[in-house]
Amino acid sequence: MKIRVAHLYPDYLNIYADRGNIAVFERRAALRGHALEITGVAPRDALEPSAFDLIYVGGGQDREQALVAPDLAARGDAIRTAVAGGTALLAVCGGYQLLGRGYRGRDGSTMPGAGLFPHETIAGDKRLIGDVLLDVDLDGRRTTVAGFENHAGRTLLDPGATPLGRVVAGHGNDGASGYEGCRVGAAIGTYLHGPLLPRNPVLADWLLGRALVHAGGTGELDPLPDELERLAHAVSAGRARSRGGR
Amino acid sequence: MRLTVETSAARLVGRVSRAARRGGGTTLPGKLLWKVDPDAIDALAARLPSGVALVSATNGKTTTSAMLARILGGRYQLAWNNSGANLASGVASTLLSSPSADLGLLEVDEFALPEVMRRVQPRVVSLGNLFRDQLDRYGELEHIAERWRDGVATLSPTSMLVVNADDPLVADLADGRSRALRYGLDDPRLARPGLQHAADSKYCVRCGGPYSYAAAYVGHLGDYRCPACGHARPALDVAARAIDLQALDASAFDLVTPAGSARVRLPLPGLYNVYNALAATATALALDASLDEIVSGLGSVTAAFGRFERISAGDRQILMLLIKNPAGANEAVRTLEEGGVPETLLIALNDRIADGRDVSWIWDVDFEPLLREAKSIVVSGERAAELALRFTYAGFSPTQLEVIPDLREAIDRGLDLTPAGGELGVLPTYTAMLDLRAIAVSRGLVRPYWEETP
Repeated sequence: MKIRVAHLYPDYLNIYADRGNIAVFERRAALRGHALEITGVAPRDALEPSAFDLIYVGGGQDREQALVAPDLAARGDAIRTAVAGGTALLAVCGGYQLLGRGYRGRDGSTMPGAGLFPHETIAGDKRLIGDVLLDVDLDGRRTTVAGFENHAGRTLLDPGATPLGRVVAGHGNDGASGYEGCRVGAAIGTYLHGPLLPRNPVLADWLLGRALVHAGGTGELDPLPDELERLAHAVSAGRARSRGGR
Repeated sequence: MRLTVETSAARLVGRVSRAARRGGGTTLPGKLLWKVDPDAIDALAARLPSGVALVSATNGKTTTSAMLARILGGRYQLAWNNSGANLASGVASTLLSSPSADLGLLEVDEFALPEVMRRVQPRVVSLGNLFRDQLDRYGELEHIAERWRDGVATLSPTSMLVVNADDPLVADLADGRSRALRYGLDDPRLARPGLQHAADSKYCVRCGGPYSYAAAYVGHLGDYRCPACGHARPALDVAARAIDLQALDASAFDLVTPAGSARVRLPLPGLYNVYNALAATATALALDASLDEIVSGLGSVTAAFGRFERISAGDRQILMLLIKNPAGANEAVRTLEEGGVPETLLIALNDRIADGRDVSWIWDVDFEPLLREAKSIVVSGERAAELALRFTYAGFSPTQLEVIPDLREAIDRGLDLTPAGGELGVLPTYTAMLDLRAIAVSRGLVRPYWEETP
């Protein structure tokens, strides 16, 4: 099948090797006989989010994030509608922040977000940096997710919001709640990069499966051997256990 | 009085540390001194009669300093931190161990630069480039640039500021300053077809609009102009023209300076080394070197250890090129492409503090030209599996790939896979490079870096 992917602001939001996540979607789809059709979206480009099966938003440096924030906020309604209609979405780091209600800087300034995820982010004084390990439940499938976080923002989930996972080691959303990321339907936001997907194939396939369902397929994916993926996951998880959150 | 007591204590630690072979003992005395009396650096620097030159950049500070040592070695007795110990403690160590020097030649870590600038009151500061590098340690480029801006504000008006005009963020630091030298490349034939994936400062420092490049040379370095507001690369005081890149051996170029022009033959490969040569030239001019001294110094330079190094291993050769961030690794890839990609490659990724604990940067490197040419690749280091994923997701066949985290085993396997008379291309991150060199030293193939002379 053809999976239609919208990659938002690839020229601005690409600081933590976001193209690695796209490469993983592409190859894991191709190995199962599916093809990705990727559309790069720049500020002011026309975009109908519901016409896509998967949306990707990466992370950027503060300056680049500020350059695209108003454009993303203006697309909030359309993105919420698309996710309500089953479009899958992955947002990492800056993209995760910008898809919440907003960001409050230390000087009190506010930057409105797209309002997809029920959270607000407040600048902290110390950056939360290091390896992270999460315990995640993906519709009944328990797995671990390993990655690296580097963020000054403290993301506070609304009461009742669904996090991506529980922090086994590392800082997570705000360094205090014990939770990381956020989930709305088939949309996942997280601080974890590394990049995220190469060493977390279960999560990559879950997102691909949901995108396939939106494209009109069954969402079933044949298993892949994933030996290198498991090895990389184990090393990354070990790093989080030995030095995450410090 | 205090200075004397502390410095003799620190010198003693240096001897003990070197005797114990703890990395050549290069930073321990300085660490001690830095701890007990940080102001000692100020006093140690002030006693140098010809002052201090500082060199900083994300990439090229070690090589630029090595070039300067060649150029200035005849004119000055140098206090030079050639071991790469470039934090404040390393600066302290170097100044401490060179009591009879007359000029300080110090490469300084990007993050440590503002404090070192404030303390040593340099005669010249060379600022080379800012690329994304170890974001877990340094943070974002803008923050480093802001710190540098604070450092520049502490410079005496008589000090010379040398900047790379081809890097918008760096060139902007000299904006409006009269004592400044700006250098850059002036040979559009060598421009890349477009900005690379990992290009960083693509947006105008004034208005945020995208720059348009008449020529992009290395990463985001080039001849840029903002179509929206007109902000553009400043006029060049020192430039390289008619550049002839000669594969892995050398490059030749016309060196154009306020002191005249000359043809230079630089025995190091790659356009990035032409940038380093321009930084060294401008810095040397500010230290009263003649054009002749510069040309002959550049002509006799050798690569800093591990940056680009050929090591004989019996009937095979090892060609080692350090990789430490996307921009630098892209240039290492380009250098190998220009010289012919070796059939067998060993690529080693560690994630210690000096390498960056966050290994995501390997996905921003354009390794693809190597993957197209190499017949076999051994991946090694503590994060070998991440490299394996990087290459297999790019389509490199798993049957041509071996994952051997242990460096000693990996180098043996790499040499096994290399045909007799052939060359093994080795691309290690910083601590993997140090470990590989230690292996080479233990096998008698090279000398330890602290015994090397310029």
